[in-house]
Amino acid sequence: MKYNWNWGVLVEDPYLFWLLSGLEYTLLLSLSAWVIAFSLGSAIGVSRTLPLAWPRKLATAYVELFRNVPLLVQMFLWFFVVPELLPADLGRWVKRDMPFPEFWTAVVCLGFYTASRVGEQVRAGIQSIPRGQYIAALATGLGWMQAYRLVLLPLAFRLIVPPMTSEFLNIFKNSSLALTIGVLELTAQSRQIENYTFQGFEAFTAATVLYLVITMIVMLSMRWMESRTRVVGMIGTRR
Amino acid sequence: MIELDKVNKWYGALHVLKDCSLAVSRGEVVVICGPSGSGKSTLIKCVNGLEPFQGGRIVVDGVSVGDKATNLPRLRSRIGMVFQHFELYPHMSALENICLAQVHVLKRSRAEAEARAMELLTRVGLTDKARAYPGNLSGGQQQRVAIARALAMDPIAMLFDEPTSALDPEMINEVLDVMVGLAREGMTMMVVTHEMGFARKVADRVVFIDEGQILEDAQTEAFFAAPKSERTVLFLSKILEH
Repeated sequence: MKYNWNWGVLVEDPYLFWLLSGLEYTLLLSLSAWVIAFSLGSAIGVSRTLPLAWPRKLATAYVELFRNVPLLVQMFLWFFVVPELLPADLGRWVKRDMPFPEFWTAVVCLGFYTASRVGEQVRAGIQSIPRGQYIAALATGLGWMQAYRLVLLPLAFRLIVPPMTSEFLNIFKNSSLALTIGVLELTAQSRQIENYTFQGFEAFTAATVLYLVITMIVMLSMRWMESRTRVVGMIGTRR
Repeated sequence: MIELDKVNKWYGALHVLKDCSLAVSRGEVVVICGPSGSGKSTLIKCVNGLEPFQGGRIVVDGVSVGDKATNLPRLRSRIGMVFQHFELYPHMSALENICLAQVHVLKRSRAEAEARAMELLTRVGLTDKARAYPGNLSGGQQQRVAIARALAMDPIAMLFDEPTSALDPEMINEVLDVMVGLAREGMTMMVVTHEMGFARKVADRVVFIDEGQILEDAQTEAFFAAPKSERTVLFLSKILEH
């Protein structure tokens, strides 16, 4: 194979700018989606452990729907189908007047999808706590919401830091699918650089390294958080 | 103060409590014993509504526990409870464990709650462990913190559900000493335990329960000297011989 390596292309104008702009979109998209995934996912995880039938059923249905449909299909559904199902005025607004329609659609899609996975982690975390903790909290006069807020959730979130790290990493990697609906994030920009310069190896190497840097930073900060919030005497912790 | 009138409870088809009637008056200490699976833990958990029951009535300080309109959290905040497995919150220090419900249920200020917590830690002999986490405390120490946590709510009565069953033999006494102290001060107590020495020392009455039925409810001396039911005689012969 004959290939003319030219790493210099990565720092040339406008390609450097394209990469950085792609990086910015990847970060904005992933972090905004994470806000949805984390808050909605926590609510869903909690609902799945409640003794109340309706919230539990709704949350279960949500999880099964969103984690069983491929993310790529969900991207297309949100972008091409959902606007048609909305009331006419709202649909028109989404299609014509909403700023950055691809970006916000991708945020919602990725956020809702990841929420179903986060919800399962939160549920697993809550259910791994011995029931006696909840009973003890109720016995001191705390209401069930207080027992969740003050005892169960602080414990559950500590227990699920490792699997939540995976979900957080996944959201950055999954954000690359947003290119299919036209978000110019990191992968899309790399492809564009390849199209313009035929230097695909350099462009995708740069993207790979940038993804690695992001995920390493996430991993290290989650590890730092885990050691800060470690529960004394629990399995897998040092005393 | 605590009255149970013909309480019945089922787990599905299993009839776990059968017409249980019992009264504990103010300042009284009642020990409940019986073989495992007899329903004694279930019975004591019905008193503060942690276990629902299907028949009969339980009234605590004039409040009907089974009544739909009853504010259970409010009632529970007035009854202290201590568990077999301590159930301290592992992510909080001993001090925070004792303060949590004081702050969030009784709405005491942080400073007030901590002052009360330190007072109680002194009382159970653990002043130096205020900042320690449950994972770094021995079983006996954890149970004493759990007692302090219950006392911090200034309860009108205390429920103990096998408080020493999960402890090493060496640690049983440090917990029993605290309980004896409480009993002598006139705290109303319902204690599920097999510690017959404790029963003899401070109990006013001893109740024997088997297969969900209260078979014996007698003054302490009478209970040990002349039990009425044969099942009680058999039970006592087995646990007192050692």
